[in-house]
Amino acid sequence: MSDKVKLTYGGAVNAALARCLEQYPETILYGEDVALPGGVFGVTRGLQKAFGERVFDTPISETAMLGAAVGAAMMGRRPIVEIMWMDFALVAFDQIVNQAANVRYVSEGRLSAPLTIRTQQGNAPGACAQHSQNLEALLLHVPGIRVAMPVSAQDAHDVLIAAVACDDPVVVIENRTLYPGAKAEVQLNQPPQPIGGHRRRRRGDDVTVVTWGAISASVQAAADLVAAEGIGADVIEAVWLNPFDTEAVQDSVRRTGRLLVVHEANVTGGFGAEVVARVVEAGVPLKAPPRRLGAQDTRIPAAVALAQAVLPQTAQIADALRALVKG
Amino acid sequence: MAEPLEHLLGMWRIRILEETVQQLRLDGDIVGSVHLANGQEAIAVGACAQLKSQDAVFATYRGHGWALARGVPAHGILAELLARKTGVNGGRGGSAYFSAPEYGFYGENSIVGAGVPIAVGAALAAKFDNSGRVSLAVFGDGAMNQGGVTEAMNLAAVKSLPVILVCENNRYSELTPIEDMVRNPDLSARAGALGIPAVRIDGNDPVQVSTAIALARQNAAHGLGPTFVEAETRRIVGHYIGDAQQYRPEGELEADLQAEPIKRFRRQLEGAGVPNEIVDGVEEKARREIKEATERALADPPVDPSTALEHLYV
Repeated sequence: MSDKVKLTYGGAVNAALARCLEQYPETILYGEDVALPGGVFGVTRGLQKAFGERVFDTPISETAMLGAAVGAAMMGRRPIVEIMWMDFALVAFDQIVNQAANVRYVSEGRLSAPLTIRTQQGNAPGACAQHSQNLEALLLHVPGIRVAMPVSAQDAHDVLIAAVACDDPVVVIENRTLYPGAKAEVQLNQPPQPIGGHRRRRRGDDVTVVTWGAISASVQAAADLVAAEGIGADVIEAVWLNPFDTEAVQDSVRRTGRLLVVHEANVTGGFGAEVVARVVEAGVPLKAPPRRLGAQDTRIPAAVALAQAVLPQTAQIADALRALVKG
Repeated sequence: MAEPLEHLLGMWRIRILEETVQQLRLDGDIVGSVHLANGQEAIAVGACAQLKSQDAVFATYRGHGWALARGVPAHGILAELLARKTGVNGGRGGSAYFSAPEYGFYGENSIVGAGVPIAVGAALAAKFDNSGRVSLAVFGDGAMNQGGVTEAMNLAAVKSLPVILVCENNRYSELTPIEDMVRNPDLSARAGALGIPAVRIDGNDPVQVSTAIALARQNAAHGLGPTFVEAETRRIVGHYIGDAQQYRPEGELEADLQAEPIKRFRRQLEGAGVPNEIVDGVEEKARREIKEATERALADPPVDPSTALEHLYV
């Protein structure tokens, strides 16, 4: 079998999970509806059949699931837990923030918690306010937790393997709108990559755009639009947010002198503010004030037209790029 | 040493450690919030007597005694509380959140009830790692009203995980009587409702505790899943050092002091004809040990602030 196969994003995650279960006997995979049903999005399909009791369903008990992951990880397992919706992680935040994040630090490294939480977030048409949030900033405020938000099938595959191989707690935030997308060529069987890093989705000299998550597609579409008008956007898609590749962003802005950060999460307290701060505090010379573009600071409504009024759209991103470059 | 005297020694060690900690706190050598286990010593001592080296204990912020009963040296505990470099966690855990995994003590926890899901996870790991590990979660009566505890108990039950659930029912949910916070004061009934075998025992009797834990451990090790042990006890100090305890009804503390485990166990030993000098010798031995550990810990170097950023990530 060739090492390159065509997979959807969901298929790439499935392949990565299979490889982790195969390669690391200490992995266990569990969550709500992941084993027998194969996951509400089908991402874990076939894994219980292939790996038996190491893949199992749990009660709808996020606190027990994540607490058990902390305990099992302390004992040398590598639990991979699916939290069906990022919104659901909120009922179990204690186990992430007060428990998993503290294990290594407080024990001076005598204990560790090498667990991986797989979840997905963001708005999709018709999703209610409790199934639409982009909450990565909550986790990024917590030292001790690694966070990744892969967008491409290849990155979804590679990030998951890196997360499972990592000896610290990692939250991998996927996006359900990406699962069924077009198949892309995915290189399998590469050695696990270190955590961290970004993808440059487009090279340009006029303005740096930093983005992450599924909205990267809108950013790239906007960059295409303004390219036709002679504006060259340097599009950096952050695959990992902790660790965040600050240097790559600073280097790009040194070249372009302009910065736009786009995320689906709402603006206030979002990680975009952190990205802007890291550039400004480093004294990178700017030709225009940096900008953030995210969801409006409000709740996410279910009706598509209402949600579109709240979430950043391609046209708005393009407008922001034009305003930054042309003033 | 015969087993009853071992129990007595274990309880005295905890009592004297806690009295020493209290003094150090009042003197200002220890700072911050400290929760003592005076009066509850029999549970830790009776339970740990039945645990094996591979077993994992997950305790609460009232956990100094559990650590000691698990074999963590008093010196390491005191040094931790005193913010010395030689503390079991180099001062990062403090009184309420230290661990010493090399002794099977996987830590205190300062979030009420949070250790129970983690202990269940350690039991889950045992299903896959052939360690023969049984994990033991200890929590208070107040923790029974945390949702995560019920979630974890149910997960342990449905997966038949090797975990012993020890509820130290000292009648107070922090500063509030537990009977004011539940309709059914028989907390073990909740475990029964989840299909978990449950016993309610006299937690001030180390022998009774030991017997219950021995059976629970055996069942866990044989794949029969969790057992819930509700150990009724009395804390004879405040919830924390400085707690004025105005919530206690008049006469309660006096009665509790008569029922406290060391005094009771001494009476039993005397009744069984154990000579006074042997019984007193046990206390003296414990006093010498804790005194020596305290002096060493006080003489140890303080924590090094230049290390404060270490060990966040691998």
